[in-house]
Amino acid sequence: MTTAISLTDLDISYDGTRVVEGVTFDVAVGESFALVGESGSGKSTVLKAIAGLAPEWTGGMKVMGQERGHGPNKRLAHVCQMVFQDPYGSLHPRKTVDAVLTEPLVIHRIGDRDARVEEALRQVGLDRRFRFRYPHQLSGGQRQRVAIARALMLEPKIMLLDEPTSALDVSVQAEILNLLKRLRAEQGLTFLMVSHDLPVVGFMCDRIAVMTKGQIVEIAPADALHDGAFTNPYSRALYAASGGA
Amino acid sequence: MTEPLLSVENLCVSFPTNRGRINVVDGVSFDLGRERLGIVGESGSGKSMTGRAILRLIRPPGRVSADRLRFEGQDLLSLPERKMRNIRGARISMVMQDPRYSLNPVMTVGRQIAEALRTHERLGRAATRARVRDMLEAVQINDPDKVARMYPHEVSGGMGQRVMIAMMLIPRPQLLIADEPTSALDVSVQAQVLKLIDDLVRDHGMGLILISHDLELVARYCDRILVMNAGRVVERCAAGELDQATHPYTRGLLSAVPKMNETRAELPVLDRSQWEGT
Amino acid sequence: MREWLLTESPASRMQASAGRAYRAGGQLLRNPLAVVGGLIILLLIVTAAAAPLIAPASPFGQDLANRLMPPSAAHWMGTDELGRDIFSRVIYGARITLMIVALVAIISAPLGLVIGAVAGYFGGWTDRILMGVTDVFLSMPKLILALAFVAALGPGIENAIIAIAITAWPAYARIARAETLTFRNSEFVAATRLLGASHGRIILRHVLPLCTSSMIIRVTLDMAGIILTAAGLGFLGLGAQPPLPEWGAMISRGRVFILDQWWVATMPGFAIIIVSLGFCFLGDGLRDALDPKSAGKS
Repeated sequence: MTTAISLTDLDISYDGTRVVEGVTFDVAVGESFALVGESGSGKSTVLKAIAGLAPEWTGGMKVMGQERGHGPNKRLAHVCQMVFQDPYGSLHPRKTVDAVLTEPLVIHRIGDRDARVEEALRQVGLDRRFRFRYPHQLSGGQRQRVAIARALMLEPKIMLLDEPTSALDVSVQAEILNLLKRLRAEQGLTFLMVSHDLPVVGFMCDRIAVMTKGQIVEIAPADALHDGAFTNPYSRALYAASGGA
Repeated sequence: MTEPLLSVENLCVSFPTNRGRINVVDGVSFDLGRERLGIVGESGSGKSMTGRAILRLIRPPGRVSADRLRFEGQDLLSLPERKMRNIRGARISMVMQDPRYSLNPVMTVGRQIAEALRTHERLGRAATRARVRDMLEAVQINDPDKVARMYPHEVSGGMGQRVMIAMMLIPRPQLLIADEPTSALDVSVQAQVLKLIDDLVRDHGMGLILISHDLELVARYCDRILVMNAGRVVERCAAGELDQATHPYTRGLLSAVPKMNETRAELPVLDRSQWEGT
Repeated sequence: MREWLLTESPASRMQASAGRAYRAGGQLLRNPLAVVGGLIILLLIVTAAAAPLIAPASPFGQDLANRLMPPSAAHWMGTDELGRDIFSRVIYGARITLMIVALVAIISAPLGLVIGAVAGYFGGWTDRILMGVTDVFLSMPKLILALAFVAALGPGIENAIIAIAITAWPAYARIARAETLTFRNSEFVAATRLLGASHGRIILRHVLPLCTSSMIIRVTLDMAGIILTAAGLGFLGLGAQPPLPEWGAMISRGRVFILDQWWVATMPGFAIIIVSLGFCFLGDGLRDALDPKSAGKS
C-alpha cells in the first residue's frame, strides 16, 4: 500500500458551522506533506479531523488504506500520532516525563517499559537526567522533545505535526526541525505538517497544499518555494508576503 | 553635538530568584536619535525588559539601575512617579504584542483611544472625537466612526493592532517602543502594520525602538540593530551590514533560520559554548 | 537529605514526588499563620487521640454536689449543671468534633469531586443534568437542609454527619467543574485521547489530580463551617444526643445559665472558635503553598 492518508471531499464543521470545505488530497507513505495557510484557514482543523479530535465531518477519509471512523480510535493510535503546537499545554503539569512516556505503554499493555522509555529519551536527544522532571522544570524545546517522544512510543507510521515549532525560539526551532527530519529518515515516517511559515515548510516537506478560508487553493511541490512558481493568486500573495522575492 | 533623544548607559534590571538576584538586563548601553533602532533576541534575552525599564514599568521585586537613563535631557530614573506618568503615553509610548490582551475588553475602541488622548490633553468632547477619527484614518482604518463603536473582540487581529497604534500615537509622543508588534498577526498583515508604523514614525520625526525575535524583520525596518543574549548586547551594527555580523551568536541565529530557497539538509544549531551566558 | 529532595534531576518517581511534597511543605511552613493553624489542628488530633490520658475526670461522671462551680484549680473550666467537669467534656468533645469533620470530608469531597469533574469533562447534557441537581442542593440553605434530613432520619450523631455531608458536596462539585473546564480543551487531554485512553482513564488519572489542590484548600476552609453546622445541629438537639459531650450541645445546655454561670456555654464556644480559626489559617496557607504558580520557588 502506498497511500498513507487519503482525503476526498472532506467537509468539517464545528457546532454546525462549516469551517473546511471540499478538501481532497493524498499523502503517500514516507512523504512529508504540508498544509499551509494563515489563521482561520482551517489547516489545523483538517489535522484534528484525521486524528479524531474533530468528529463533525463528512466525506472520505482513509488512513493506511482503511476507512476511518469519526472519533479517536485505540487501534489507530498505533498508526497515527500527533505533536501539538504549544509545548506548555501538551504536557500534564503534574506528571513527570517518565509518567508521560509510560502512559501509552500502560494503556496498550506493552511491557518492557523502562527500556522503552530510556530508548525514547535517547531518540529525541534528552539525557537520562530529564526522566523524572516535571514540565515546569523543562524548557520549551525540551518539552517539545518529550511530546515527540510520547508520540513515538507506540511506533506510529504517520505523524501529524501541528505547527510544532511556532512557539519556540529560532535556535531551538532549528534543533527540533533537525530532530524531526532525522526521525523521519530513521523510521520511514510519513509527515502531515501544518504551518504558516513557508521557509520551515520548504525545509521539511516534499509537497505543499495552500489553504485559505477552509479550502485548498493549490497543491504544489516544495520546489515551488525556490522560485515562487505558484499559479493561484492567493498562493502568490502569501509567498510574496512571506518574503519570497 | 546635540543630546540624543534617548541615552542609556549600563542599564541593569534584576529579579530575585531562588538562586539569588539575577540580572535579566545586564549593562545595556545605547543612544537613540530620531531614528529606528531594532533590538533582537530570543526569549529570555532581556529585550522586552529593556523596553519596560525605559518606561519605568518594572515593579518591585524587580529593580532597575543605570549609570544614565536620559530622555530629552531629563533623567528618567530620578523622576517622581507623577512626572513619569506625564511622560508615559505623551512623550514615550509602547505598542505591545497582542491586542487581545492589551486592549480593555469592556470598553469600545473609540473610548479607549479617547481616554489615551484625554489623559494628556484637555479637549472638548467634539474635538476629542474629531482627533480620534483622524487618528483612526491615519492608521488606515476605513470606516473610523463604525470601528470606534466596536469592542476589541469584534475587530480582527490586524485591526486591533492598528487601534493600539492609534491609541499610542494620538498624544504625539517623541519615542515609540514597539514590543513584538506583529508577532501575533498573520504574515500578510504583518507587512502592512510594520509599514504603517514606519510611515507614522517617519512622518512625525519620532524615534522608534522595535523589539523583535525576527532578525530579518528588524533588518528590513530599522536603521540600526542591537542583538541581545542573556541580558547583554552582543552585537551592534547597521541594518544593511547584518550579513557582516561578527559575533558567533548573531551568525548562529542568521544561519539557523530556514530560508525560502533552502537547500541545506540540516540546519546549523547554535553552539552555546562559544560565548558566555545561558 | 535536603539536596536529595531538591535536586534538579531526580532519579526515580519516588524522589520526584518527595521533592515536590518537600517544596510545598517548605512553602507552607514559611507562612506563620499557617503554622499556627497547623499546630491547632495537630493539638486537636492529639487531644482527641489521647483524651483518656489528658482528661482529669470522666466526661460523664455526675457530681450533683458540685454543680455549676466556676473555673478553679480543681476544675479548670468549671462544672456544668450536672456537676461534670467541663474541661474533660471539652477534651472528649474533641473526638466527636474530629470524627464529624473527618467523616463529612471523606463522604462529601470525593462525591463532589467526581460529579463536578464528570460534568465539566463531558459537557453537554451530562453537564446540564449534573449541575442542575447540584444547583438544587446548592440553592437550599445548608442548615435547613441538614435539619430536614436529620428530622427525616432521626436525631443522632451519625445522621447529623450524613445530613451535613449531603449539604456540603455541591460546593465541591462546582469547584471541581470549574477547574476541569479550564483544562478540558488542553492539548495534553487531546494527546492522551489520541493515545487511546478511555474517558474514564482520563478523568481518573488526568483530570482529578489537577482538581485536588483546590479541593484540599476548599475542604480545609469549609471545616470551620462544618464544625459550626454540627454545633448548630447539636444546639438544636438534633445532632449528638446527651450525654455525649459535643461542643454545640454543650453550648445549648449552657444557654440557660449564660448570665450567671457563663463558663458552661463559653468554654465549648472557645473550643469551637479556636478549632475553626485553625482550619481557616491552615486552609489559607495551603492555598498559597499549593498554588501551581509558586511551584517553581523552593
